[in-house]
Amino acid sequence: MGLNIVVCVKNVPSTLTVDVGPDGQPKTAGLVCAMNAFDEYAVEEAVRIKERVPGSTVTALTLGPEADQAVLRDALSRGCDAAAHVCGPEFAGSDVFATSKALAAAIRKLSAQKPVHLALFGKNSNDGNSGAVGGMVAAWLDWPGVLSVKKVESVDESSAVLWRMMEDGVDVVKVSLPAAVGTVKEINEPRIPSLKGKMAAKKAVIPKWTASDLGLKPEEVGLAGSKTKVARCTHPPARGAGTRVEGASSAEKAAKLVDILVERKLI
Amino acid sequence: MSQPILVVALNLRGRASPQTWELLSVGRRLADASKSPLVAVLAGGGPEAARELVERGADRVLWTDDDRLQELNEELHAQAVLQAAAKENPAAVLLPSNVAGRSLACRLAVKLGAGLAMDVSEIEAAGQVKRGAYSGNLVADVEFQAPVRVLTVTAMLFAPAARQAGRSGEVQELKFAPGPTRTEFKSFQAEEAGEIDLGSAERIVSGGRGVGGKDKFSAIRELAHALGAAVGASRAAVDSGWIPYRHQVGLTGRTVRPKLYVACGISGQIQHLAGMSGANAIVAINTDPECPMMQQATVAVAGDMFELIPLIVAEVKKRKGAAVAA
Repeated sequence: MGLNIVVCVKNVPSTLTVDVGPDGQPKTAGLVCAMNAFDEYAVEEAVRIKERVPGSTVTALTLGPEADQAVLRDALSRGCDAAAHVCGPEFAGSDVFATSKALAAAIRKLSAQKPVHLALFGKNSNDGNSGAVGGMVAAWLDWPGVLSVKKVESVDESSAVLWRMMEDGVDVVKVSLPAAVGTVKEINEPRIPSLKGKMAAKKAVIPKWTASDLGLKPEEVGLAGSKTKVARCTHPPARGAGTRVEGASSAEKAAKLVDILVERKLI
Repeated sequence: MSQPILVVALNLRGRASPQTWELLSVGRRLADASKSPLVAVLAGGGPEAARELVERGADRVLWTDDDRLQELNEELHAQAVLQAAAKENPAAVLLPSNVAGRSLACRLAVKLGAGLAMDVSEIEAAGQVKRGAYSGNLVADVEFQAPVRVLTVTAMLFAPAARQAGRSGEVQELKFAPGPTRTEFKSFQAEEAGEIDLGSAERIVSGGRGVGGKDKFSAIRELAHALGAAVGASRAAVDSGWIPYRHQVGLTGRTVRPKLYVACGISGQIQHLAGMSGANAIVAINTDPECPMMQQATVAVAGDMFELIPLIVAEVKKRKGAAVAA
């Protein structure tokens, strides 16, 4: 018994300061990459559920080029038991539609070995920022998909009670499993990788799956299987130079500030 | 006549969302440009709420006030929208960029074989949209390789559609025939009464590391109250336990676009700027005149916030009093 949990992770540039190349695309070559920060919370939650429900296992899953194997080893060092890497030149240029389709196919492949109960996701990636892949994987698999989850109140092999952070409060919902769950940062405090975990991660054998391994045609993935394409990126316009409020006293500064706020109809 | 533009109006817990009016104004512009009708699907509202959507620009409204749509059930809400989409064959589906809209958009895009763009900030009639990438450090022009576009629209960017009394349009009941759902709603716990939500706030006053303590956050609340603003915070303040996470603005918190953002004791690390640089005007109050926030600010005030805030509050009250007297 126990739960078979999948957690999806992404290797992203560690910086947000990215230049644009002559082709109009972000210049990411050579940037230092690491696990997307939000995914650390999803990994931690997967491991915590494993610890709560005896007999559970966690498999980390990613889609990306060869070098992204590093993010799976990082996930293993944080307590995941196994990993799988969706990888191949045919996946280049995948948008959220093609990415989610391939990840859903990989989860189906894992389910064929042993049914998957739960797929966990971070809030969004720090490069693409969509936060769509978790919800779309749910749709491909025809599972319920609950995003913005801040607490897993209870979970067993058949259902989970989840706290969903809405803009105006918190929803408590019960979903039957299998289900996909998108997490938010408030859900936990991720632990740091253990030495034992790092050793195990180093030795782990990680299978690589191409589109054909997932039963997908090359034209169903990558740019060909995508529904959107980033034509070009630009830097947002810089803010104009601001006004500095000067004054001999704090009272004078306060009065001048309020003058400006009123004059510009900001209050 | 080209394919319609479909706006998804979600009346969760029976309440119309102000973001729906923003979607209607964007949708109206797109529909006019492509000479196509603007259709709204209203989930969780009756004919009266549907009439208001017509008065705010919809040519046709398909409404269902099914009880199961009072709370977000992403499976059932998607079924209702898909039922409307099957009838209308829309070129674009517009949703709010909130938890409900984003949850639905994922399912709709897969089921409609549509191109999905989240948090769009501009929509061109020709089809391209703009959205942020790398947390707003880049703006991406997104093109579509699919006949249908599913878009969630960033809040506070588009003027809400005004109500034109007596504007005519069709109002039809959507005979909602839901399939199974595996999601059961248990309860909803609202935020503290009287708190203004960051996502729809016109003004926000935020405190950062410079606030220096949980008790001292009362100064931020006081200024927010005087300005009619929501209370925000930087990650440093939240991580220190001075204020709950839901107030956090920035990369790991909320992205906001108020008219006025007042940053008190926030140095302006890139992660915080990512969440608020879309504000129309930024006021920075900081003891360090050279910190990044002071350099980004529309109006920068160097000084001690605990000295300045009471004076600003008094000044605002004085003028409000004067305005009332006049």
